Amino acid sequence: MILDHLPVLQIVVPLLAAPLCVLVRERALVLSCALAVCWSAFAGSLVLLAQTLKHRVITYEMGNWPAPYGIEYRLDSLNTLVLVFVTAMAALVLTYAPASVKHEIPRNRHYLFYATYLLCLTGLSGIAITGDLFNLFVFLEISSLSSYALISLGQHRRALLAAFQYLIMGTIGATFLLIGIGLIYQLTGSLNMSDIAAHLQTYSGPRTVVVAFAFVSVGLSIKMALFPLHRWLPNAYAYAPSVVSCFIAATSTKVSVYVLLRMVFTIFKPGFAFRTLQLDSGLMILSLLGIMATSFAAIYQDNLKRMLAYSSVSQIGYIVLGISLASPHGLTAAIVHMFNHALIKGGLFMCLGCFALRVGMPTLDKLQGISHRMPYTALAWSLGGLALIGVPLTAGFVGKWYLLLATFESNYWWVAIFILASSLLSLWYVWRVVEAIYFGEPPANSEEIKEAPWSMLIPLFVVILATFVFGIWTPFSAGLARDAASLLLEGTMTP
Amino acid sequence: MTGAGHMQLALSLPLLALVAIGLFSRRHNLREAAHLAAAASSSLNVVFLAVTVFRGARPEYRLLEMIPGFSLAFRGEPLGIVFALVASVLWLATVFYAIGYLRSHREGHQARFFACFAVAMWAALGAALAANLFTLFVFYEVLTISTYPLVTHHGTPAARAGGRVYMGILLSASIGLLLLAIVWTWKITGGQLDFLAGGILREPFEAGRLATWQIGLLLGLFAFGIAKAALMPMHRWLPAAMVAPTPVSALLHAVAVVKVGVFSLMKVVVYIFGLELLSETGASLWLAYVAAASVLLASAVALTKDNLKARLAYSTVSQLGYVTLGAALANPAGVIGGSMHIAMHAVGKITLFFCAGAIYVATHKTEVSQMRGLGRRMPLTMVAFFVASLSIIGIPPGGGAWSKWCLALGSAERQQPLLVATLMLSSLLNIAYLLPIPVQAFWGTEPEGTGLHDHPVCLTGTGRGEAPWFCVIPLCLTAAGTVVLFFFANQLYEALAAIAVY
Repeated sequence: MILDHLPVLQIVVPLLAAPLCVLVRERALVLSCALAVCWSAFAGSLVLLAQTLKHRVITYEMGNWPAPYGIEYRLDSLNTLVLVFVTAMAALVLTYAPASVKHEIPRNRHYLFYATYLLCLTGLSGIAITGDLFNLFVFLEISSLSSYALISLGQHRRALLAAFQYLIMGTIGATFLLIGIGLIYQLTGSLNMSDIAAHLQTYSGPRTVVVAFAFVSVGLSIKMALFPLHRWLPNAYAYAPSVVSCFIAATSTKVSVYVLLRMVFTIFKPGFAFRTLQLDSGLMILSLLGIMATSFAAIYQDNLKRMLAYSSVSQIGYIVLGISLASPHGLTAAIVHMFNHALIKGGLFMCLGCFALRVGMPTLDKLQGISHRMPYTALAWSLGGLALIGVPLTAGFVGKWYLLLATFESNYWWVAIFILASSLLSLWYVWRVVEAIYFGEPPANSEEIKEAPWSMLIPLFVVILATFVFGIWTPFSAGLARDAASLLLEGTMTP
Repeated sequence: MTGAGHMQLALSLPLLALVAIGLFSRRHNLREAAHLAAAASSSLNVVFLAVTVFRGARPEYRLLEMIPGFSLAFRGEPLGIVFALVASVLWLATVFYAIGYLRSHREGHQARFFACFAVAMWAALGAALAANLFTLFVFYEVLTISTYPLVTHHGTPAARAGGRVYMGILLSASIGLLLLAIVWTWKITGGQLDFLAGGILREPFEAGRLATWQIGLLLGLFAFGIAKAALMPMHRWLPAAMVAPTPVSALLHAVAVVKVGVFSLMKVVVYIFGLELLSETGASLWLAYVAAASVLLASAVALTKDNLKARLAYSTVSQLGYVTLGAALANPAGVIGGSMHIAMHAVGKITLFFCAGAIYVATHKTEVSQMRGLGRRMPLTMVAFFVASLSIIGIPPGGGAWSKWCLALGSAERQQPLLVATLMLSSLLNIAYLLPIPVQAFWGTEPEGTGLHDHPVCLTGTGRGEAPWFCVIPLCLTAAGTVVLFFFANQLYEALAAIAVY
């Protein structure tokens, strides 16, 4: 049955479609092929979600090689959730993309864009789906390399520099991760995650375990832009084509956070990572510093794409803070915020894409009073902004609420004050833009600005609507996150 | 129909109004008719609900589990019902008034205005009927955000600045302090956030998980976090919000928004802390003095304002202090008096704002000093102003007399003569800043050069220089309401007595 092969089809189909796009080159054909692939990937991930809800864990053995020897794909509620939001954002952003791509990328490179986009999707879904460490590294490299290429397609010449900066940092991160994986392989002779989890002697084992863990966690911190290793991110998001910013900002860093969760909770066990090594206090301090510093930085950005990029780093801080609390509520907060923030940040970058279509690089002075010309995009920004601040009934509130519960539960009430303070900072930087677009004096030549086309507005409003749906109705997002959290914490806190 | 059914209807009708406003956004008469119908049937449902609740029923309705473990749930109890009743009935009056005001003023974006208005009323009703702190917080925030477009309706730089203060203070306080207080309460009670008779903090206190100073601190987080209660120094948003069109100031910043503030505080005091806990430990007495200071200071500031809406705004700040004071007294007389004052002040203050708006529509006058001799041209408006002033001051036959009487009794019972003196002094200040306006309107002479002819709106109105009927009728009705409340205060008292049991 084809359904039995669904896990591997999620990877194989986009992977094969990408070179096909390069061969075909015809713009309309490439676009429809990419759209079909993305939407079927999303549909497939929903089917997988239904299956994991029924069976808890699905495994797939590549080429029928049994688990520790062959590559195993393994899906539980945690990575299915990741898979769902990666494919959902991929499909929605690609539906939104054509008008923006036409405007921002030279016509003769369109096929390259769509092919690379599919490769990036392959990499990100692969990371989520695989149960094999080396396979994970391969997919991480696929997604990273395709991201460098996508970012360098940006209109501005600084896009090249930004892509190069990202390339350097990303390669260092990937190398660290590879060294860590190599050391684990040396210790256990296995690359299968559940196999390693069963055999890795973290407490009584040799010092190599500590070294391996150090390499893995630093490598991942670079990939997920944890403060202070975030320097590559603002430029990369700011100078990439709008569509690329939407997709990468929504998915890429979260997928790295997912890998950190797997590493800490499934492979090395929190007892080792948090008790023996006290990574939790390290992560907490770094995430708090990151949340505050980058929220302040966001306030001073006039380029709105950079502003959102800094805000992304601070939101990653929330997620990592949730992980560092290592309690059921904390982990639920981290996982649910991963999902919700993907929607929110994707939606906001999509707004900026609409603005960019009409005024070029979206800076604050170009957007003054633009609500009179682009009322729907302006409304979408305000609604998405409310979600970013974390107002109740929006998705952004759910994660923050869980995070607050978790801090009080663990008696870190002073951490709660940082969280609330940073919410106020996000109110500041979001509302600065809202005031500008609604009350600003429009620039002289603004008469010819039109509203963005429907092909962009509809996907944008689907995402914005979703941020409200998942703020009001949370059994899917928060319920699944709670499942995933209890799965990760299952009997692992005993040293 | 059951109480829960009425509750569902009362809560869903504002949203239906929103849908209707969206559908008929360009067909003005149909749009306004739908809005009026929704407001009328919503208040009718609240009346039915009130009847069942006053007979002792406590209907409950659980909408959905918003976050696992935290539900949006509603429960009818006397305090909430009184507030819901006031808000929904005055909503109906204000929709009438707003139609007259906006049309004779030819305001733009009327569909957006009414849409936000409907959402704001939905939020106010939701907060009034909330069964737990979580639900209350959700609707509290919806109210803040849905009123922002109303405050900044004109889109001018002044509106922008006012909106910034409004949103900035309200959201900062609710996110920074109120949310903290709620999560702290959740932690102390071990996951309980429901409003229960007698409070939910008593048990942790007796179990030694909560010290007296912590009760005081938590109360402070609530009192200042609920910035809508406009306790000084969190009051700055209220004068700033006066840049809004007058119907907004009337309903939202004299009734719905500010009353959601003091109502929430009252609800927290009665159902989260519990009167017994607060009066035994005395942890709330400091708040009574802060509220008293707020009452006096705001009255003093009101005296210095020449702009009528600004004067009324500071008067509102001062009157809200009464309710906070009543909550902080934490004895039956104080709590009942404070809750009665929510209703009494709402009806009185909305009348005053309606009058201010009617004067503006008819003559474009905004300053008190310009209003001499206006009584001869706008006798109905000015009589209404006078009657409502009596209620605000607390002189019979205004309903405010009873609530202030109860508050004074409560202070005396608590053996705080200083607070009693404050109440008396404040009433004198009220006289000083309110009564000169109608007195000069009738006995003063009109300044030169403000003849009838310089404003075309007057000609389309009621004749004699009054504002349009759509404006005048609602303000006459609410003014009559203040007198009616004086004679029916006993019913209100008995209904509210149920909340003040130890």
